[in-house]
Amino acid sequence: MSKRERKRLLRILISAVLYIAAILLPVGGIGRLAVFLVVYGIIGGDILLKALRNILHGQVFDENFLMSVATVGAFCLGEYPEGVAVMLFYQVGEWFQSYAVSKSRRSIAELMDIRPDYANVLRDGQLVQVDPEEVQVGDTVVVKPGERIPLDGIVTEGVSSIDTSALTGESVPRDAEAGQAIISGCINQTGRLTIQVTKEFGESTVAKILELVENASDKKSKSENFITKFARYYTPVVVIAAALLAVLPPLLTGQEFSIWIARALTFLVISCPCALVISIPLSFFGGIGGASRSGVLVKGSNYLEALAATEVIVFDKTGTLTKGSFAVSSIQPEDMAAAELLEIAAHAEDYSNHPIALSIKKAHGKEVDSSRVTDIEEIAGHGVRAVIDGKETLAGNGKLMAREKIHYKPASSAGTLVHLAIEGKYAGYICIEDEIKEDSRQAIQELKAAGIRKTVMLTGDADAVGQKVAGELKLDKAYTELLPADKVDRLEELMGEKSAKGKLAFVGDGINDAPVLTRADIGIAMGGLGSDAAIEAADVVIMTDEPSKIAQVMKISKKTLWIVRQNIVLALGVKGIVLVLGAFGLASMWAAVFSDVGVSVIAILNAIRALNIKKL
Amino acid sequence: MKKIIKLQDLDCANCAAKIENAVKKLEGVTNVKVNFLSQRMELEAADDKYDSVLNEAKRIIKKIEPDVTVKA
Repeated sequence: MSKRERKRLLRILISAVLYIAAILLPVGGIGRLAVFLVVYGIIGGDILLKALRNILHGQVFDENFLMSVATVGAFCLGEYPEGVAVMLFYQVGEWFQSYAVSKSRRSIAELMDIRPDYANVLRDGQLVQVDPEEVQVGDTVVVKPGERIPLDGIVTEGVSSIDTSALTGESVPRDAEAGQAIISGCINQTGRLTIQVTKEFGESTVAKILELVENASDKKSKSENFITKFARYYTPVVVIAAALLAVLPPLLTGQEFSIWIARALTFLVISCPCALVISIPLSFFGGIGGASRSGVLVKGSNYLEALAATEVIVFDKTGTLTKGSFAVSSIQPEDMAAAELLEIAAHAEDYSNHPIALSIKKAHGKEVDSSRVTDIEEIAGHGVRAVIDGKETLAGNGKLMAREKIHYKPASSAGTLVHLAIEGKYAGYICIEDEIKEDSRQAIQELKAAGIRKTVMLTGDADAVGQKVAGELKLDKAYTELLPADKVDRLEELMGEKSAKGKLAFVGDGINDAPVLTRADIGIAMGGLGSDAAIEAADVVIMTDEPSKIAQVMKISKKTLWIVRQNIVLALGVKGIVLVLGAFGLASMWAAVFSDVGVSVIAILNAIRALNIKKL
Repeated sequence: MKKIIKLQDLDCANCAAKIENAVKKLEGVTNVKVNFLSQRMELEAADDKYDSVLNEAKRIIKKIEPDVTVKA
């Protein structure tokens, strides 16, 4: 509780006691008025002053003014206790509102408590504790066990395990050792690490994440825009209605003015749109905070809102549903040992950095003797021709074999095949496969359960490979053998097929699918931790490599929207009912105060629920 | 030029919206966002006019929400 809040609370308590005393005091007439005026002055004096000052500034129709008119009006009608009570309750509500908002602000700040406080920099052989912002690229920092890693860098010394949960929501620690890149914001758990800094603090992962989350609530959702627009018209409309209510009925029916003025005053109390204006952005802020806690960064309230309406999810294959690391899965030689075929293949692919070539070299596991290889020729889209140990060797896909008129076995295996031929004779093939991620299947099932109508996969890979993965994961459709430009075309097609309100999300690894990420309603990038490209290009960033997080963030999105809807209905509903009842003289000033501040408080408490991601 | 300005004790969401609308209309302002929850204002304006825009913005804030302390 801040100092200001404590002071206000004290004032509320004192005036509550005085109020009760004033009711019990057996004085009448002018004495009674005086007693209530004193209490009113204590509890509502500042509101009156503010109202006056704001009118002088040309700010009519603000809540201070409305409350002042309503309560002064009550005094004029001789309803002193009501006048004071309305002001008292208004202050209680305001106090509670400010308390609840600052509390939720704090809990969000705690969620995002990943900012490192200091860095131990090595300067002239001495460790100096400085602000992370003062550290420069190339500096050496030391992180002791239990400390937060202050800047991105590369480990030069030490072995430890790293707790990344604040960034990824992942509870299993990662290992760190010399030579490895390391990310700021994580906690060093077991060993002392020496790190060479590779990025300034402003460019570091932790600074980028914080900036993202802080700015996220600037991108407003449709519901927020609706409320802001609504609030702009709501207050003047209700005030005008109040004025008409005070004047027209008595003129038309000849009834007492005082009855209708009293009713009009209840209107004024209801006319502040605060409950809505506070609780809706607060709900989104909470949802975004909760998502980032579980390792998903949502870049704006609008995206969190759109996620709930997702109908179609389009996946990239490699690196998204599959691990993106190729491994040799089988070797089928003709008339030679498997190891020999692998050795020849490794030599043929010696100069290539293609993932397939790398996986062959990795499976081979031994140094390649480059002097055995001459006359290397890369045949784009086909493979390699090289002379190994004086023998002409071909290594590549089926197209290469067909082109060179070599009789080969079109194998049925669903991996990527590298066929080999030596001196024009077929020598066998090596099959390379990309593994499906552990949680991909679960991810698709959960998405289906969450109401996704269609799951689609886009890949540049061979049809057999793509269809196999799609079949195993039970995807609805797979488009294969696509060039990057084809991916955009397919996506546009799919966008055209979905319903008008439904959204399409594209999930990729953010590295070479930027055009598709931008074109989709929601672009989701995976493996954001350590990849700037992914963080930049996408609307939603999953910090880990787990596709199952998509279903998780959709749940958060749905829960947040449900809370938003509850709040809109609650606030508008209660206000509407009290307005109608008030017009017929059935709602007292008390009901009006409840519908204003009481509803506000309930809506704020409800909004805070969005932060809680454990019970989904 | 873009700067982030702290608005301490900004605790009325409706006022935040009012401040944003009023500052947006100032001459020289290219973009402004008032974030009620993080209690910050992101003010973007032409470099040569920035100081006068900022002063004008401060005056508007004082007018709409006198309780707010502006920390530029």
